[in-house]
Amino acid sequence: MATTPPPPRLLPSGDSAITVEFSRDIDDAANQRVLALDRAIVSAPIAGVSETVPTYRSLLVHYDPVRVGYDALGARLLELAKQPVPEKAKTRRWRIPVTYGGEHGVDLEDVATALNTSADDIVARHAAGDYRVAMIGFTPGWSYLSGLDPSLQMPRRQDPRLMTPAGTISIGGVQTGVQCLAGPSGWHLLGQTAVRTYQLHRDPIFLLEPGDQISFAAVDAKTFAEQDRAAEAGEFVAELLAS
Amino acid sequence: MSKLVIASIGPASSIQDAGRPGAQRYGLVPSGAMDRLALATANALAGNEPFAACVEIGPFGAAFTARGSAVRIALAGGSRNADIAGRPVAPNTSATLADGETLTLGFARSGSFSYLAIEGSMAGEPMFGSLAVNARAGLGSPYPRPLQAGDKLQTKAASGAAERRIELPATSDTPIRVVWGPQDDEFADDTKKLFVDSEWKISATSDRMGYRLEGPALTHLHGHNIVSDGTVNGSLQVPGNGQPIVLMPDRGTSGGYPKIATVISADFGRFAQTPAGRPFRFQAVSMAEAQAEVRKFAELLRSLPDRLRSIESVDLNLDALHDANVAGYAVSAIDAGTWQAEITGPD
Repeated sequence: MATTPPPPRLLPSGDSAITVEFSRDIDDAANQRVLALDRAIVSAPIAGVSETVPTYRSLLVHYDPVRVGYDALGARLLELAKQPVPEKAKTRRWRIPVTYGGEHGVDLEDVATALNTSADDIVARHAAGDYRVAMIGFTPGWSYLSGLDPSLQMPRRQDPRLMTPAGTISIGGVQTGVQCLAGPSGWHLLGQTAVRTYQLHRDPIFLLEPGDQISFAAVDAKTFAEQDRAAEAGEFVAELLAS
Repeated sequence: MSKLVIASIGPASSIQDAGRPGAQRYGLVPSGAMDRLALATANALAGNEPFAACVEIGPFGAAFTARGSAVRIALAGGSRNADIAGRPVAPNTSATLADGETLTLGFARSGSFSYLAIEGSMAGEPMFGSLAVNARAGLGSPYPRPLQAGDKLQTKAASGAAERRIELPATSDTPIRVVWGPQDDEFADDTKKLFVDSEWKISATSDRMGYRLEGPALTHLHGHNIVSDGTVNGSLQVPGNGQPIVLMPDRGTSGGYPKIATVISADFGRFAQTPAGRPFRFQAVSMAEAQAEVRKFAELLRSLPDRLRSIESVDLNLDALHDANVAGYAVSAIDAGTWQAEITGPD
């Protein structure tokens, strides 16, 4: 028999945003509830709510306190969170090409050593995964994926790198991610994709949505170079398998 | 074509407006002005829409030259010496540069950021409805980066409208108000008490992403790693070393440190203007009080056009200024900040 999940906690994030927290941990069921509440608000907008930001475990709801107060909005959000999680009508499924190892994934060999296996085995396990975009955050297009093979879990680096390349595919803790812009990271770099999850002057500017399904396909370095030129010219390069 | 040419400018200066909310779910932070009230004040004086794009000028000096025609400008925010070809320009007033004249700004003496509005604002290509610079994301127009000497802001010729000053409520020097949360339960009551009972300073290494605070170390109950969740302007996150970082308009949209409290919206601009190294305190208030203050702040923003006054009354105060000098007060005719104190009365 289905049990009613506990209600989320409402945490004030200042006077103009509420964090609706479903879990303190990375938790797939909690993430599903986050995305369901997000969809509920998108499909039936609440007066005064300006935008929502899904994360692994919580939904941040930005609002205008001149239009709606904390108590009234909080009550409405708790009401919406009680609804059973509906099956999402449509799930988009993307295949993202990745060039693993070498200059494209400088940590691949070290990860293999740390996990007592071969680089090929790491690539096979990572590319075999069935992932979901749990959240997009930190910098534009940085997509955090759930669904990493537990045998690939590793603590983050002691020394975060101040700069990592655009398009980096990396692992950190129980997560894997698709990074769009060059920037700092404490994760282990396995590979690189030519896919731009964020690109100005392209329609859409943001390729991935929270909730999208992701799989990876290993491609060689020559293919990466070709795809990188195509992506720079505005092509998705990522393959949309189902929508 | 009329333009304002940047003759010189310090770091931490960029084009800002109300920013581009709406894409935080994709990791794109809104950016926008550090001090919204000062942005809207400069625009009201220049006859612009409240959140039209302005030059946000960091604590260092800057100079701007009108080319092609006269250009009308207005200054608000942190006070600093300002003159056009030797004619002093008081803070919170408009003024006009004749073609070829240069507006010269000194270092900020109170506050960190000044806002230079240009009558008619400036030409640019809005991205997500905003010209605001977000250098990391490659966004902003006409320049997607901090401003540099030689940059040109295209605008329209001065309308010849009468110059204005504006009457603002006295600025307060009271503690910066916060509401607890979202993760204040990651801290013991004693630690929360330490936070509000202590004096804090903003570190010189602060920027538009975050203000680092210096003060007593705040200890976590359960360690400093939480699963990332969303951030807002004013989130007070506490990393491993216990020294809080207050997240500012160029913050990451998500973060993995516990956030003990959040600066209330009505005090955010005042907090952003707090100069590095100056001691200040925080005060915790209720959600009801914070939301009442937001409504008052929104009302203040709406009232700005009604607060505009003719500039002539400034001239009437010149005598008082001279009297004050004679009486031995530290008042200088080129000290724009002191002028303003004379014009608006005691703060």
